[in-house]
Amino acid sequence: MRPEELRPRQASTAASDHTLDELIEREFALIGSRMLKGDGMAKATGRAVFTDDLALPGMLHAKIVRSPHPHARILSIDTAGAEAMEGVKAVVTGADMPEKYCIIPWTRDEEALCVDKVRFVGDAVAAVAAVDEDTANRAVAAIRVLYEPLPAYFDPRDALEPDPEDEPIHAPKKEGHNGNITKTLKLEFGAVDEEMEASDVVVEGDYYFEGSTHAPIEPHCAVGWVDLEGKLTVWSSTQVPHYLHRELARVLDLDVARIRVVQPVVGGAFGGKSEPFDLEFCVAKLAQKTGRPVKILYTREEVFYSHRGRHPMRMKCRLGADRKGRIRAVDHDILLDGGAYASFGLVTTYYAGQLLTAPYAFGSYRFDSTRVYTNKPPCGPKRGHGSVQPRFAFEVQLDRLARELELDPIELRRRNFMGTGRTINELRVQSNGFMECLDAVEKASGWKDKFGRLPRGRGIGVAGSCYISGTNYPIYPNDMPQSAVQMAIERSGRVTVWSGASEIGQGSDSVVAYIAAEELGVPLDYVRVISADTDHVPVDLGAYSSRETFMVGNAAIHAARQLREKVTGAVAEMWEVAAGRVGLAGGWAFDLKDTARKMPISEAFNIAEAKHGTLGATGWYDTPKDVHGEYRGGTIGASPAYSFTAHVAEVEVDEETGVVDVKNIWIAHDCGRALNPVLVEGQMEGSAYMGFAEALMEEQVFKSHMEGKAGLHNGPSLLDYRIPTSLDTPELESLIIESIDPEGPYGAKEAGEGPLHPSIPAIANAIHDAVGIRMDSLPFSPPRVWRALQAASGRIVEDDGSPATSMPRGRGDSPTSARPLPYRTPAGL
Amino acid sequence: MWSLVRFELNQDRRELGVASHWTLLEALRYGLGMTGSKQGCDKGDCGACTVLLDGEPTLSCITPALEAEGRRVTSVEGLATAEGPHPLQAAFGECGAAQCGFCTPGILMSAAALLDRNLDPTRDEIKEALSGNLCRCTGYTKILDAVELAARRLREAEQAEDERATA
Repeated sequence: MRPEELRPRQASTAASDHTLDELIEREFALIGSRMLKGDGMAKATGRAVFTDDLALPGMLHAKIVRSPHPHARILSIDTAGAEAMEGVKAVVTGADMPEKYCIIPWTRDEEALCVDKVRFVGDAVAAVAAVDEDTANRAVAAIRVLYEPLPAYFDPRDALEPDPEDEPIHAPKKEGHNGNITKTLKLEFGAVDEEMEASDVVVEGDYYFEGSTHAPIEPHCAVGWVDLEGKLTVWSSTQVPHYLHRELARVLDLDVARIRVVQPVVGGAFGGKSEPFDLEFCVAKLAQKTGRPVKILYTREEVFYSHRGRHPMRMKCRLGADRKGRIRAVDHDILLDGGAYASFGLVTTYYAGQLLTAPYAFGSYRFDSTRVYTNKPPCGPKRGHGSVQPRFAFEVQLDRLARELELDPIELRRRNFMGTGRTINELRVQSNGFMECLDAVEKASGWKDKFGRLPRGRGIGVAGSCYISGTNYPIYPNDMPQSAVQMAIERSGRVTVWSGASEIGQGSDSVVAYIAAEELGVPLDYVRVISADTDHVPVDLGAYSSRETFMVGNAAIHAARQLREKVTGAVAEMWEVAAGRVGLAGGWAFDLKDTARKMPISEAFNIAEAKHGTLGATGWYDTPKDVHGEYRGGTIGASPAYSFTAHVAEVEVDEETGVVDVKNIWIAHDCGRALNPVLVEGQMEGSAYMGFAEALMEEQVFKSHMEGKAGLHNGPSLLDYRIPTSLDTPELESLIIESIDPEGPYGAKEAGEGPLHPSIPAIANAIHDAVGIRMDSLPFSPPRVWRALQAASGRIVEDDGSPATSMPRGRGDSPTSARPLPYRTPAGL
Repeated sequence: MWSLVRFELNQDRRELGVASHWTLLEALRYGLGMTGSKQGCDKGDCGACTVLLDGEPTLSCITPALEAEGRRVTSVEGLATAEGPHPLQAAFGECGAAQCGFCTPGILMSAAALLDRNLDPTRDEIKEALSGNLCRCTGYTKILDAVELAARRLREAEQAEDERATA
């Protein structure tokens, strides 16, 4: 069949002459238009295959034995009873894979299954594979673990100053160090004390940010299988297949080239699946032992134990400004409650300070940040990693400052706008649409008619923020690209992209498809994307730190332009015109000066293939490595681009009950360029929702020794840990601001995490506008709001330690309450 | 204890052996390989497992499989026809209402049941109908938009049908 025989069919689906003329007029044929998400229909029909949808022949089901103690030495593990059970195929314990791991190579403190000690209720001790789940559950119950309970730490302040007689949670790194400390650091830029002293106004506050968890609707799941050639394949609901690939090799002592990690469709992650977990090592080890495929699906309860969510933070903040409201000094003292293991905590400790320095210009800045271990599930990166908590504190500080100076809070923020250039800690900002964000929310919310003017009980508040688009430095030091694709074009007109990026619902597969279609002129549905399978795609570091659109987008442009050049060059040669005259769009290759001269895109690909041979290209992106602060820690927080956000929230506060009803959140986000506004809005709305949820509803809290079962999660279910339903969620209005970043793909920056930050302080500030109280501790639950209202009206109500929400809880974290004593397991347990 | 259960699934008559403690979700996913319905919590909290049982949205993860005996079960796989996707499915695609997509099958079933009884729901009525389905990605905005869009299209189709009938 000659290429021309295919012409009528392709020509009939390509753009009409009229549409083609329109496309040429536009800057982009597709980019910036409202497009379908590539996986939308698969997900709407139930066809999308998630990890738990996999069923391999002969597959076993495994379950994990978990610690009932918050801190205990493992004296012995007796697996004989389980192993003797009918249908049980293998048992593994920590001794089978004692190599320590951590996503951050400098803080390896975790074992696939605990070897000597357990460090939180839910820590993994053993795993058993059986013919079905019921048998595995029975076998788990038959495993006998003997523990020697140790004193446990639940409050980071206790862990910071432990009783010297008590064993720390981890062995100290050096003689005389406190083994309960993950990281402590102090950075100072400019002369903070002098600037504070010279300030006309100083505002101070103590803030507490309660922990929260990701709660993706899909529980973690993994399947492992070892083929007869000895190659291990692990399918996992991970957002970091590459890091998982490496850690499997290290912990299991296998050749990394003989391991394949596949990431099926992931049902939500939000940072909660961004490092290796016990289940992935266990399915691999159990598959090795049994020679059969093995699956582990976490129960919802286990998802709460695996956690890696938002760090609870105590923040002592001082802010000095001149009479006009310009920031002269910012001084933050931050204590992070890390939970039992390091996870990403080294980075979190830095982010808690490093990411605060835009969009406002600081005259001087100091932060003192310490992360301590406690005997609770490990904290890690939740959407807006490390910076959501201090951002809450700081934006409330700004609101306090505005009140002191009797300035409009939006005006105060405008006065401190940093623009582009370097922040005080030397982050390089090349595009900054924050002023436009402020303008947009001011207008859309009707701010000028509302602020300070609504009837009592109703209020409005504003907040701003900044976030990274990926990090300049990868998690393990290397000089290779951070993201890559391979791209091939074929005679039919089809384009295939092998993308390293991890699609977790945010749309990274769609982004590479939009870019391939834009650059190569094919209809969107001619593009196939294969992603996140280490056997088939080049390395990308994963879906974390809002890096995918920026990095894989640039990689896709790099690859597509090489192919585009070959196609346009070959067609130009045939037409005997300059290469620059050939356009590719709407399914056509055409002469830009005479659009009547055109051919379906497949014919252009044929011509190019005849000239160059089979057509493929690789594209990659690497971050600038010379752009960061010249000080220890200066590389952490350095990103190729920063996004900016402003929110206005409107609330109604019921003074009788303390119930806060958030009516609206207006979200203005500078995403550089919106490659597909539908997806950008989706990220903005989802982020604002998640911030709202943390502000009002969510808290990852644990039982105290007074309630018994100290350290046990207070409600590890989606009923007790309350995430907002459609009825709870406010109306969310997205306002996209495009500042066009010079380094972003077509100018794009991140949109997935930044727009979470301002929700929380905007709501806090709106509550103040409504009823004149400052909510400095999260969440703003009815009892807490009610108490603050009583206190403000002179009716002091002591916090009796009764629930902050309707859930029973014993943590005394309100400023008025006494701290519980360090927990000791009663003798005889 | 194993029993035979017979029900109609997406207009097909099915029968399979189930352990007496199996849920309808287990029967669908593990017994019949119909993995469109999802398990998010396994205790009726999240709604990802929602199917229609005789047209009513039902949490299949807390419904014993044997409860389905002789009844009509519709799962997400039964929404589309040979003619094309259900208007809700098309609208979910167009509006970007599915991000990770894990809650989507359950939400579609709750929404389909709503539109079966009310083709012109208010936004609040849609929120009410979907309040048993947790979504963690979207903030619900685009889901509500999609249900409104599908309802409008269904109304328009019905109106066109009426006009054809009267003409």
